[in-house]
Amino acid sequence: MNLFSLTRRKTFARGVHPASHKSTAGTPIRRMPFAPRILLPLAQHIGKPAVPIVSVGQEVVRGQPIARADGFLSVPLHAPVDGVVEAIELRPSARGPWTETIVIRTFEASTQEVRWSEPRDMDALSAREILQAIQDTGMVGLGGAAFPSHAKLSVPEDKPIHTLVVNGCECEPYLTCDHRLMLERSADLMRGIGYAMRAVGARQAVIGIEDNKPDAIASLAAMVPEGGQIRVVAVKTKYPQGAEKMLVKAALGLKVPAGGLPADVGAVVNNVGTLAMLGSLLPQGQGMTERVVTVTGPGIKRPGDYWVPLGTPMRTVLDWAGAESVSEREIILGGPMMGQAVASLDVPVTKGVSGILVFDQRKIQEEEARKRYPCIKCGECVKACPMGLNPSMLGMLAGAREYDLMGTDYHLGDCFECGCCTYVCPSNIPLVQQFRVAKAILRERAQAIHEALAAEQAAAQAELAQVMEHLPIDDESHLTGQRFDFGHAEGEGRKLGGSRHKINPHPTDKP
Amino acid sequence: MTAQTPQIQLRTSPHMKRGVTVERIMLNVVLALLPIVLFSIWQYGLSALALIVTVTATCVVTERLFNRASRSASTLSDWSAVITGLLLALTLPPAFPLWMGVVAGVAAIGLGKVLFGGIGFNVFNPALVGRAFVQAAFPVAITTWVPAFSPTRFSEFVPTTFTVPLMMPPDISEWARQALDGFTGATPLARWKFENELTPVQDFLTGAVTASAGETSAILILLGGFYLAARKFLDWRIPVAVLGSAAVLAWAFHLHDPGHFPEPAFVLLSGGLMLGAVFMATDMATSPVTPLGVWLYGILIGVVTVSIRYFGGLTEGIMYAILFANALVPLIDQYTQPKVFGQRRSS
Ligand code: SF4
Ligand code: SF4
Repeated sequence: MNLFSLTRRKTFARGVHPASHKSTAGTPIRRMPFAPRILLPLAQHIGKPAVPIVSVGQEVVRGQPIARADGFLSVPLHAPVDGVVEAIELRPSARGPWTETIVIRTFEASTQEVRWSEPRDMDALSAREILQAIQDTGMVGLGGAAFPSHAKLSVPEDKPIHTLVVNGCECEPYLTCDHRLMLERSADLMRGIGYAMRAVGARQAVIGIEDNKPDAIASLAAMVPEGGQIRVVAVKTKYPQGAEKMLVKAALGLKVPAGGLPADVGAVVNNVGTLAMLGSLLPQGQGMTERVVTVTGPGIKRPGDYWVPLGTPMRTVLDWAGAESVSEREIILGGPMMGQAVASLDVPVTKGVSGILVFDQRKIQEEEARKRYPCIKCGECVKACPMGLNPSMLGMLAGAREYDLMGTDYHLGDCFECGCCTYVCPSNIPLVQQFRVAKAILRERAQAIHEALAAEQAAAQAELAQVMEHLPIDDESHLTGQRFDFGHAEGEGRKLGGSRHKINPHPTDKP
Repeated sequence: MTAQTPQIQLRTSPHMKRGVTVERIMLNVVLALLPIVLFSIWQYGLSALALIVTVTATCVVTERLFNRASRSASTLSDWSAVITGLLLALTLPPAFPLWMGVVAGVAAIGLGKVLFGGIGFNVFNPALVGRAFVQAAFPVAITTWVPAFSPTRFSEFVPTTFTVPLMMPPDISEWARQALDGFTGATPLARWKFENELTPVQDFLTGAVTASAGETSAILILLGGFYLAARKFLDWRIPVAVLGSAAVLAWAFHLHDPGHFPEPAFVLLSGGLMLGAVFMATDMATSPVTPLGVWLYGILIGVVTVSIRYFGGLTEGIMYAILFANALVPLIDQYTQPKVFGQRRSS
């Protein structure tokens, strides 16, 4: 087994090898100036939106908290610039719908200095206090999911964590922001890893880096502290190596059970960018005000990694990086495999934006001119799916609208939408796109059934309450039998029970 | 949203594709077939040329007519009709009457493909459906062989080629004997089966054997297969499984009774096994999608082929073996679903 792992590169089964296009890896991260207006949506993370604690007209300084977390699964927001709150109103978001946004007009004299910080002695904090401190930074997973970091590091008591897996794969093509951070902020990263290990109680940490980044592997390997608690592991360059389950498999050889989390095998996964930023924010007691964004793609003249203040409008970033006549290009937030096209150029850079890709029109048109064929059963998708699903069959079932079958017999729930299947399909079938729709429909159905059941239960309970109310022998009603009738109640109960089967599990859905 | 900024197009991830398209796969299969086609023409001359052109044209025209009839867009650009035509022609005797070739082509596309709903939906390999159809309809013509490398092959057609439609082809045994000394009109498989006479291996390699138009160039078939497998346009597991299982089975029989059963090399090189294993069993639409299923499917074809050859009434078994395995593909797929990541065996 040991010999085997020496000769074989650490990886997971299946997956794909898209061209990397990481042309920006060799250039240091540059700073982007402040935009005249900063737009901060209250919901830039998974969970409840933050609650504003500033009012319109109020002056704020860079680093000042301007919205507080609303409960556990939520994070605060900090002002990225010195300025004045101009409005708190609905603005377009990257996904389309307008959301509540704090608009700040930047003072021209705004400096790079973060002026709101409370340095703290990290060594004195307990695990619980570290988690609270992390929540106060407003940090979310920078890899794209934007899941609050403190929540991710809060593991259930019954699942002891032995290893912190640090995700430095950056398996998405084009993106280089994590790569640059590993090179430029390695000391911060080591500190951040230390804090996270203490927060989860892990004995060791493993930094998984794809072997197409030998410089990052070498520089981090030289930095790791003595004692061997932190190791750097080179993993094979393959998409989606950075997916949690795949990385845990590659780096530790452990398989997270289907439907489970890495915590089920004693691991917690965190992104290098997140930990590097925590390593600098936590001791200084600062909030998250900026992040590294890879701005690249064929439509960009000055591609590179940039420190972008949160809330900077997309338009400003693109102007600065030299995208001309931007309106004619396709813009994607995140990497090309899982990123999301933006609906408007007026949306800001939020905490979860790892990259801004601009493709040129010609390529898009070529792509769109591609013909779609029926599934020719080539099996490429089966050989690509990292989750071991059968996308060919799932695709055919989706075509036939057999969504329930997809969920029950073909494990649709295990699909994590990596897009490998669509990437390889020679018939140009939008497989993962269909799966997203199918999942949404199944969720809706489950919700509908859930609600119907709940309503039924409530009705039954109301009836029972009524029955109970009249159960004490009340001579009048008992004699007259007008108010209460057992036979009736039983009949009603049967009807209710029967109606449970009447909930149509296959409602006809409109295309 | 789109009303505000109509220029930005919204699409969902992935925004990157591998760039291998159905057209590209099919075109490469055509390219891989071309050397075999050219060799066949060089071997059998004008008659083979006329047959290949006629059958391929028939397949293309039939597909187009069916497109018209169903008012759907032309599906010719995917090249699959061309592949069906070329493969079908290569499985026919080189001097097969052209009108029968037309029947085979129409049957291949009509019965083998369009009936099921077109590319991707067909259960059986269309070329083999066409071939099976004419084998049943014209049992004599499909076993009338002509000699390879006849000196007059580029100056005259074999008399059977231009048989008047709906008429029986003339008897050409006399003509064939004149064309090439000592021509017996039997394929190596038939000679082994009925006369227990083995054709030497080097004859197979030089193509100096009696066979269907495209069955004699084992080396070119393998080269085409290597090319497609290297470019990942065919699943290498299938030919390996078919040829491997056939060889192992043949070797076992040979060990058991060397006097009666031939060596594995003879089994691999004779008849249509090579062409079938590389180009027909690998047809994507009619082979399993799961890696394990593909192995089972290939082994099944190899075993059934050898069994038919050794114990069946026919001399050649590859065609029925592939059709048989095609029919089982849905079942094979069903029982060889990949294992979901992190799924425990019991659940
Ligand atoms: S998107 Fe889903 S089905 Fe497709 S390859 Fe990824 S996990 Fe498999
Ligand atoms: S990759 Fe596309 S064509 Fe090939 S089996 Fe999968 S769905 Fe079918």
